[in-house]
Amino acid sequence: MSIEKFIPLHKLCELYKVKMSFFSSLNEIGLIEIITIEESNYIHQDKINDIEKMIRMHIDLDINIEGIDIAINLLQKIDELENELISLKNRLKIYEN
Amino acid sequence: MAFVDYYKILGIDKSASTGDIKKAYRKLARKYHPDLNPSDKDAERKFKEINEANEVLSNPENRKKYDEHGKDWKHAEEFEKANQQQRQYQGGRQQNPFGDFGGGDYSDFFESMFGGRSARGRQSSGSGVKFRGQDLNATLNLSLKDVYETHKRTLTINGKNIRLTIPAGVKNGQVIKIKGHGGEGINGGPKGDLNITFTIDNNTNFKLDGDNLYTTVELDLYKAILGGEITVVTFDGKAKLKIAPETQNSTKVKLKGKGFPIYKKDGEFGDLYITYQVKIPKNLSEKEKQLFAELAKLRPL
Repeated sequence: MSIEKFIPLHKLCELYKVKMSFFSSLNEIGLIEIITIEESNYIHQDKINDIEKMIRMHIDLDINIEGIDIAINLLQKIDELENELISLKNRLKIYEN
Repeated sequence: MAFVDYYKILGIDKSASTGDIKKAYRKLARKYHPDLNPSDKDAERKFKEINEANEVLSNPENRKKYDEHGKDWKHAEEFEKANQQQRQYQGGRQQNPFGDFGGGDYSDFFESMFGGRSARGRQSSGSGVKFRGQDLNATLNLSLKDVYETHKRTLTINGKNIRLTIPAGVKNGQVIKIKGHGGEGINGGPKGDLNITFTIDNNTNFKLDGDNLYTTVELDLYKAILGGEITVVTFDGKAKLKIAPETQNSTKVKLKGKGFPIYKKDGEFGDLYITYQVKIPKNLSEKEKQLFAELAKLRPL
């Protein structure tokens, strides 16, 4: 597996001043997926936006791992509902004209 | 320039302790943080206010300055000079802890009093840390005809031209994320993303539901009764249709694959539904009336 698209976890810890245990907990709860390549842990680069969001919630807002899990799930639900709302609004337009 | 009441923003008294300020700030930040309120401009504005209030009140030196000169901010400069040597921070603007959300976007009042710098004197959290650039949001108005075919378009965002491929079938309200076209990263961090929300105006005779198109076609009475052939206008051209004899008013027919392109499914289309509206002739001649009367006699109700 090519590691070009993966970011080493220790680098993220350094960069964002968070402990490795933070990422392990996110991994355990299923919010991120840690990939091990040749005994080193990595995160896929496409997931960096989500991870940054979780780090901000943790550091800036003092939200613990369980809280992050709840927030992320609720945000996903909001996103789904917003998409449904857009689709329903588009359908409603058919009958408004 | 209006005075900004930071205590009011955080909902605390002037006598609030550092702990009270922190508590009030955390509570409001959790409520209005942009990560928890995506695409909510009001929450973003409120968050900036809260952040600014916290920047000032959580730092004892700046809180003192604000308490003494806040309402009389024009004299803040004199205060600044007197305390210059005691200042804990020097140099340029420091990293705001919420740099991702344009946290440096302070009120005029703040800029005037604190010079636009982070007032907290925090060195450790910011220096050297890479931050991803801010995500930018833009709205693009297009017509339904525009999005019938995949096309390229050049947008000017923050003075930069971005050439975009707009896939056919993009929907009204849909958001497309263009990676790496947002704000510049800080300290060498990656660029943010550009989120484009599409607003699609439909000025055609077709109604769009999902990928299917709907339209109504007038059918003259004689063709409806006797059958025949008509030419209908589809979204991208014309089609010949056979009309069965005794076609009833409001009959629906489906033209498979003549609907709208399916987003990101090249060559695949929805269906076109046509509803026939039988047109009753007007201004009948005496002869026509006579013939209709005869027909009516043949089919008593």
